[in-house]
Amino acid sequence: MTTLAAPAPATLHPGKRLPGDLAIWFFIMAEMLAFAVFFASYAFARARNVELFNLYQQTLDRNAGALNTLLLITGSWFVVLAVQAAHRDDSKAISRNIGLGFLCGAGFLAVKIFEYGEKFGAGISLSTNTFYMFYISLTFFHFMHVILGMVILSVIWSQARKGAYGSKDCNGLESGAAYWHMVDLLWIILFPLIYVMR
Amino acid sequence: MHLLKNSAHRAWLVLLIATGITWYLGEVGAAGTWAIVAMLIIAFVKGRLVVLDFMELRGAPTMWRMLLEGWLIVVSSLILLAYWISLK
Repeated sequence: MTTLAAPAPATLHPGKRLPGDLAIWFFIMAEMLAFAVFFASYAFARARNVELFNLYQQTLDRNAGALNTLLLITGSWFVVLAVQAAHRDDSKAISRNIGLGFLCGAGFLAVKIFEYGEKFGAGISLSTNTFYMFYISLTFFHFMHVILGMVILSVIWSQARKGAYGSKDCNGLESGAAYWHMVDLLWIILFPLIYVMR
Repeated sequence: MHLLKNSAHRAWLVLLIATGITWYLGEVGAAGTWAIVAMLIIAFVKGRLVVLDFMELRGAPTMWRMLLEGWLIVVSSLILLAYWISLK
């Protein structure tokens, strides 16, 4: 049954395949559209308050931002390795790499909480000024996506431990992986935009 | 060197180096047109590696590849436009 059904989509796009479920890609595009609006709003708000944005950008911890970029990139890399492991039916490597990807996400949250602690401890809030309003809301919106990504990774991890994924069926794994890479992709724009560009 | 035959390993290495370059530009206080263009090009290259080698869209139907690469182009262009306005 499944062996007959599986090759069907391939005939629509010979040789071309979208990893994971189609639905996750619509979800990813919707999320990315929302972030595109936020990124553009930040950039255009900055154009009207260049001095303010340049002044308060210097209070951000660029090292923490860069470290978090490395953590998300490495987390994404582990999850790619998990998908590659599924394609060669190495089930031990699937769950191990998802676990390592999850730990990178946890590291990201720890660094971000440390950063927030510093800023909130100094009495900075959403209403301090336009720059901090954007910094806090944009990074917090992204922070929530890291948490959702980690929830998805933990579901995939427990499924992988049960041997749910392999070369014949890794749609669920690929869908979760795609979401996790989106979290990485968004930070790749967010870090230079908010922490570095001036 | 056979490790670099895996496109995911190559992408990871380039992403680490590119992040280091952006961080360094921040450390030396790079600002203005050339710095912004350089950082946007770096971000675009990084984003494209994530889309093609991590999300594995290199072999995906053209529409999906174009949607994600198009997102990168639109977002970088809007940021560039806003910074260009601010420099006038």
